[in-house]
Amino acid sequence: MNDFRLMKGNEALAEAAISAGCRAYFGYPITPQSEILEYLTDEGRRRGMIVLQAESEVAAINMIYGAAGAGARVMTSSSSPGISLMQEGLSYIASAELPCLVVNVNRGGPGLGTIQPAQGDYFQATKGGGHGDYHLIVLAPSSVQEMAEFVYDGFDLADRYRNPVMILADGALGQMMEKVEFPEYRVEDHVPPKPWATVGKPPERPANIITSLHIQPEKMEQINLRLQEKYRVIESREVRYEAIHTDDAEYLIVAYGLVARIAHKAVEVARAEGIRVGLIRPITLYPFPSGPIRSIAKKVAGVLTVEMNAGQMVEDVRLAVNGKAPVSFYGRMGGVIPAPEEIVRELKTLAAAHPHAQPAETY
Amino acid sequence: MGQDVVDAALEQMECVYARPDTLTDTRFHYCPGCGHSVVHRVIMEVVQEAGIREQTIGVAPVGCSVFAYNYMDVDMQEAAHGRASAVATGIKRVLPDRFVFSYQGDGDLAAIGTAETIHTCNRGENILMVFVNNAIYGMTGGQMAPTTLLGMKTSTSPAGRTVETAGFPLKITEMVAMLPGTYYVTRQSVHTPNAVRQLKKAITKSFQYQKERKGTCFIEVVSNCPSGWKMTPVQSNAWLVENMFPLYPPGDIKAPK
Amino acid sequence: MAKGTVVFDIENCKGCELCIEACPQDSLELSPRINAQGYHYVVLVKDNCTGCTNCALVCPDAVITVYREKKKTRVPVARISGVTQNITVTIDEEGKPS
Ligand SMILES: Cc1ncc(C[n+]2csc(CCOP(=O)(O)OP(=O)(O)O)c2C)c(N)n1
Ligand code: SF4
Ligand code: SF4
Ligand code: SF4
Repeated sequence: MNDFRLMKGNEALAEAAISAGCRAYFGYPITPQSEILEYLTDEGRRRGMIVLQAESEVAAINMIYGAAGAGARVMTSSSSPGISLMQEGLSYIASAELPCLVVNVNRGGPGLGTIQPAQGDYFQATKGGGHGDYHLIVLAPSSVQEMAEFVYDGFDLADRYRNPVMILADGALGQMMEKVEFPEYRVEDHVPPKPWATVGKPPERPANIITSLHIQPEKMEQINLRLQEKYRVIESREVRYEAIHTDDAEYLIVAYGLVARIAHKAVEVARAEGIRVGLIRPITLYPFPSGPIRSIAKKVAGVLTVEMNAGQMVEDVRLAVNGKAPVSFYGRMGGVIPAPEEIVRELKTLAAAHPHAQPAETY
Repeated sequence: MGQDVVDAALEQMECVYARPDTLTDTRFHYCPGCGHSVVHRVIMEVVQEAGIREQTIGVAPVGCSVFAYNYMDVDMQEAAHGRASAVATGIKRVLPDRFVFSYQGDGDLAAIGTAETIHTCNRGENILMVFVNNAIYGMTGGQMAPTTLLGMKTSTSPAGRTVETAGFPLKITEMVAMLPGTYYVTRQSVHTPNAVRQLKKAITKSFQYQKERKGTCFIEVVSNCPSGWKMTPVQSNAWLVENMFPLYPPGDIKAPK
Repeated sequence: MAKGTVVFDIENCKGCELCIEACPQDSLELSPRINAQGYHYVVLVKDNCTGCTNCALVCPDAVITVYREKKKTRVPVARISGVTQNITVTIDEEGKPS
């Protein structure tokens, strides 16, 4: 299977879902990710997948709840406004601990906004998004290859932790065409048994119940404590990031997804001009790579966070850096993609303000 | 001594009615006289008699019957308010040979979940939807429901429901009967022994149709809410006959020949 | 002569009186006594029960088991296994199972 194919990000993601053994997909059309629904309706159904165009994202996420609770490997996809509609369902899914994959091909907001790429959904993706204390595991691809790869990882993480996983992409990644290679993946080796699923009660076991309701405060607190314990395990085991030129870096850029690619280019340009800058690209936005960012921040004179929003991930960067270095932010909004030169310019401004590595107390 | 006498007497007799094994031993949390648990029991009797417990999956709603899974001893999922039929769709699509039913109140099915209700029926999902219409929001303390009668007093229509502010009672069962996806649509009740017998027949038929993949079966049960209506259980059943039946008449609305 | 009888799981009876209303023989009444839940529970007060099951059909709390004389065999509506041990059977002053 190890041949390269030239595909759109959305299609690569859909193709990966089929080969990862996704049993069922429920979704509702929205730009810029409708190709996922279309590809699966065509190719997915041909290869035995259950694909249903729901009447809304609200219905779709609740179909996911039902099908995941019945033990099936399932997925939905949408873009920002649709993901907003799914938040109640995601909270129920997280609380009932149902594994599933949710894809958000982020577009510009707020409101109906624009169909152009954006990262304005960082908060709703990484901070729970709906009501109550919970987390999705959030993977942020920055290439078409990763759009595909993270589907396999996403399903595996979802099953391992009985937790919803989100792939947070953006309109550009969904639409761009790149070479992609699909890994060998034997579904049988990956989908674990699900003895908790509601498949019909045989005489030898008590009835299985999928619920998020625990009226007694003490019981509900216990459920919360267990969830929090799970999140601590996820935080200790599943952090993923890419570090580029950080060994000798005097400045650090933090960026994810599409912006990380542009920032990488900016790093090359700045280095050619003699600015020793490195890049950290968080791959898991939750759990966030706070540790790696903190240890590099100790050695640098400044940290620049670049996002396609008004400054969301930068809050997590600040928490990670915890005063060890000045943190500045540069963002474009509404579907505008920052150019490498803009990032280099911001970097120079930061370097001018903070020419040397400073002792921690200063900030 | 008492026990011996009873045992001896019962020796001469056979049991003709007992709580089905498909109900757990848990005491129902419902108010005295509430129709919800009758409906629970009848569904479970059918599941037991049809021998389909191992293949049955239920979806409990948000509403007074949110704890239905504590009583019905089959695999169950609790759904978000209004979404039971979407959850049931998800289950049925991945487990098409199982018997799947949703159980929903009027607020759940006919207000917040209207879109899911209509579209589940319109797709002809092979599930049974049980719709308990007590014309009020029981769980949240007796507010107006889409099915609340004109003039009926609730905590959010204290002077009685008026058309001017709240529109008309929604006959959603008649609406879904119009959709080609529904196969069997009926309105039942549980206020008398015969009504209970009729409901049981309707549920039995619905599971049979589900097995034959005929489409959506939809059973409205016109029921009471003694607490919300502020009546005794016996009064509430009389009130139901007098006031609910004229607008929500029992009987089949759409039945195969 | 009674052709049938009923046994109540009195601890789970909520005294809603729907069974009393449904009984064609007027065989049932609320006891003056209350159960641990605080409800007056139902008792069989006459010797004329026919075992028609009406009371059990409408009982919201599924606490009624109905017996009938053996000769006219009818298929039981439900098996009784695992149910009887929960039933509190008592004899009241009149010597009737209540
Ligand atoms: C999204 C959401 N909105 C509101 C509620 C509060 N709520 C719980 S049950 C209910 C109405 C229940 O009424 P009905 O469906 O008629 O069932 P009943 O309690 O009468 O059996 C409402 C509004 C909720 N749980 N979730
Ligand atoms: S509030 Fe109404 S519907 Fe709810 S349990 Fe009580 S009587 Fe039944
Ligand atoms: S119907 Fe059931 S709960 Fe109500 S009084 Fe009779 S036995 Fe008790
Ligand atoms: S079985 Fe029939 S006659 Fe006997 S108590 Fe019940 S309703 Fe009355």
